[in-house]
Amino acid sequence: MPRRSIVPRLLLPVLLLPSLATLAATEVHERQLDNGLKILVKPDHRAPILTSQVWYRIGSSYEYGGITGVSHVLEHMMFQGTERLAPGEFSRIVAENGGEENAFTGRDYTAYYQNLANDRLEVSFELEAERMRHLKLSEKEFLKELEVVKEERRMRTDDDPQSLTYERFSAAAYDASPYRNPVIGWPGDLEQLGLDDVRDWYRLWYAPNNAILVVAGDVDPEQVFTLAEKHFGPLAAETIRPPKTRAEPEQLGEKRLRVQAPAKESYVLMGYKTPSLADADEPWEPYALEMLSSILDGGDSARLSRELVRGARIAASAGAGYRAFERLPGLFLFEGVPAKGQTAETLETALREQITRVQSEPVDPAELERVRNQVIAAKVFERDSLFYQAMQIGLLETIGLDWRLADTYVDRLAEVTPEQIQAVARKYLTPERLTVAILDPQPLESKTQAAANTQLGASTHVR
Amino acid sequence: MCVERQSDRIDRAARRLTAWLAGTLLFTSPLLAQATPEIQTWNTDNGTRVLFVAAPEIPMVDVRLVFAAGSARDGERSGLASMTAAMLSEGAGDWDADAIADRLDGVGAVLSTDVDRDMATVALRTLTRQPAFDTAVDTFATLIARPTFAPGELERVRQNRLVALRQEDESPRSVGQKALYRAVFGSHPYASDPSGTPESIADLKRAELADFHARHYVGSNAVLAIVGALDRAGAEALARRLVSGLPSGEPAAPLPPVPELADAILKSIDFPSSQTTVLAGQPGMRRGDPDYFALHVGNHILGGSGLVSILMDEIREKRGLSYSTYSYFLPLAQPGPFLMSLQTRNDQAEQARAVMLDTLKRFIDQGPTEEELTAARKNITGGFPLKIASNSNIVQYLAVIGFYDLPLDYLDRFRERIESVTAEQIRDAFARRVHPERLAIVTVGASSTQVEAGSATEQVSLARGTH
Repeated sequence: MPRRSIVPRLLLPVLLLPSLATLAATEVHERQLDNGLKILVKPDHRAPILTSQVWYRIGSSYEYGGITGVSHVLEHMMFQGTERLAPGEFSRIVAENGGEENAFTGRDYTAYYQNLANDRLEVSFELEAERMRHLKLSEKEFLKELEVVKEERRMRTDDDPQSLTYERFSAAAYDASPYRNPVIGWPGDLEQLGLDDVRDWYRLWYAPNNAILVVAGDVDPEQVFTLAEKHFGPLAAETIRPPKTRAEPEQLGEKRLRVQAPAKESYVLMGYKTPSLADADEPWEPYALEMLSSILDGGDSARLSRELVRGARIAASAGAGYRAFERLPGLFLFEGVPAKGQTAETLETALREQITRVQSEPVDPAELERVRNQVIAAKVFERDSLFYQAMQIGLLETIGLDWRLADTYVDRLAEVTPEQIQAVARKYLTPERLTVAILDPQPLESKTQAAANTQLGASTHVR
Repeated sequence: MCVERQSDRIDRAARRLTAWLAGTLLFTSPLLAQATPEIQTWNTDNGTRVLFVAAPEIPMVDVRLVFAAGSARDGERSGLASMTAAMLSEGAGDWDADAIADRLDGVGAVLSTDVDRDMATVALRTLTRQPAFDTAVDTFATLIARPTFAPGELERVRQNRLVALRQEDESPRSVGQKALYRAVFGSHPYASDPSGTPESIADLKRAELADFHARHYVGSNAVLAIVGALDRAGAEALARRLVSGLPSGEPAAPLPPVPELADAILKSIDFPSSQTTVLAGQPGMRRGDPDYFALHVGNHILGGSGLVSILMDEIREKRGLSYSTYSYFLPLAQPGPFLMSLQTRNDQAEQARAVMLDTLKRFIDQGPTEEELTAARKNITGGFPLKIASNSNIVQYLAVIGFYDLPLDYLDRFRERIESVTAEQIRDAFARRVHPERLAIVTVGASSTQVEAGSATEQVSLARGTH
């Protein structure tokens, strides 16, 4: 089912983030159609299957106040009928052809995919070409689908205290950047969203010259290009105006918030403003930040597990994360759940001590060696997932980076020195860049409040 | 303008699509000739059955060792199996938890443990090059054979488990799932959640873990699945190194049969959430069940095929009541649950529950249409290559085939078994096996007072039948 890809989940292994690797590299074949559609093909003949993915350069970070969530609602509507296909027919055709399909919306992209046997590529192209330019967008389907999205929001965010904390944390951490808005949209915006908003959004952004087609699997690149020309070639390009993205101003001091929600355990989130690859002062800085996140949270041997979970036993769980490959500047994040007998405040203090330590002393070369070995192994392991390989290519391209960056990722990480890690820790993990959110658990037993909310309207959040 | 095309183009396009669809219909089963992985199997000296598939393309190996040591073996100590597995990486041989983490991370190996109702799984992925391979293999072998259950580490893992259980209590879906299993399985060991209860976890003794390990982590109670860049001789050597530290021991005794529900059960749990989670279930089928393929294909149509299932169509596509809704049979050594689920705004819970149950009843009464059956067959058989494409897929299949003693040609024959299922077989199997008048139904949300007037938290509204 269509779903949004959620926030950077900190406990995902950071080392599995984008890269292709010299070790893993099979060639990527590239072609651009006259209408601007970029096509990237990565042959992999291990099994007679393929993944076909269409990535659009559009996501919640392109949205402005009042219509947040429109990219994701549009993603849902892409399954609700075109000029030639009845609502749901797209999915039925994919299913009858043995396909798996879904779509996901992020801050910087909206992506659609089908996984198929390798003789069914044309199924994907025919259908994706149709909905790229010929979506129907009927009022009836829209009103129903909007209710589905509101249910999705309740399930993912409103009834999940950590997810709710992350949402409010992001809104506080960013003063102006659109990264402050949840991908799924604010409840009030979903209430006022209209079909016209969705139609405008579709017209503005869904066109071959704002899309990347990625195919990986047991395919011949020339045949893929020929089929792509046949199906996508006739589609008209659109004038795509670059988004006017509200830039984040310099932060003027530490920010804190408490989120009160029904829960049993507290939760701490800390985020420091950091550059992404596109806007870093020095090109090595994002790689040093990635290495830093792996030093802290790259497996059970990393510092947060070793020292906060096992050593001092302050945290029941703890994590750190950073993404070099984002369209806009983001955050270096820490999160944790206090161990029994500990508080959010003692855990925050312990996390800050870890930060002080990486600022005051260079990391041990043995720790760096460990991370390098993990990165190299992860490059080999990822060859087992066709979908993941295609996703890396699409992800980089939609945020305006060259897919070849993935090839050099391992080498760039390997070049990072202990001094560079210390330097980025000192430069970016500073109080004036920090936002701290603490989940303040409220009793789960009382239902009066939530019941009252339900009476008032569909999408009030749980307090 | 993209959505305002001229009508001639629409017509032309429509014709083209029709022709193309007709073309695809000719490919009924184009993939029957495609090879399934060649499974090699043998036993180690200490009685572990090994299933191996050579996958030379990537210089890595996946190992999955499964023991009949799931939570159904907990006895009176809920969470015992899960805590035993969780402690393996917290100290083994001469190594403490830090040393084990260093050894694995240092060579980029990934080790994980998992416990469900039937089995405890220890999984490893490593490069085949040295020193990664030897380091990972020696670490794995020591973990499974010589865990120390160090008292200090046990205390920490116990406390963190208690925190995790409290976090599970924050999720209406988790609360509902646990309550549904209790209602469906009553006094059968499948009733309790593998992660345990706070009372039981707080009381577990180190000796109980050590005893559980000594009894269940033995060669003749294990199945080892290996997929990777090895030849047969290399795989045999690897199998020996991985499990030779285990005594032969005895296989675990069969689990007791699962009684059917005698009556309907309705549990309403008050929860301060904006949605009500609605779950319905009853004992379903076991692995190797004679009705397996009829129930599998039938459920695929009813609620197992994502956006195109009947449940999704009725609840989401027609009415917009839930983001997610599905049904499944979880086949276990004994019949696992048949389960249906949705989440909807509190004030719609009663409506959504009625649609879900009506949909089930109608499906049982009428069975699938030929069109639905044809579509399901095509989806399952056409999508089969996707299910066995990666090493990660294959090693999981091997573990299931070995653990449940399914025939070695299970994957070879899978598509023909699916193709041979008829609509009448599905209707018949559902009529015999699924009983809508005897479902356990659990609701979790702030609407529970509307569903069950005056219900207290976790009140059992209708008495459960005796077993």
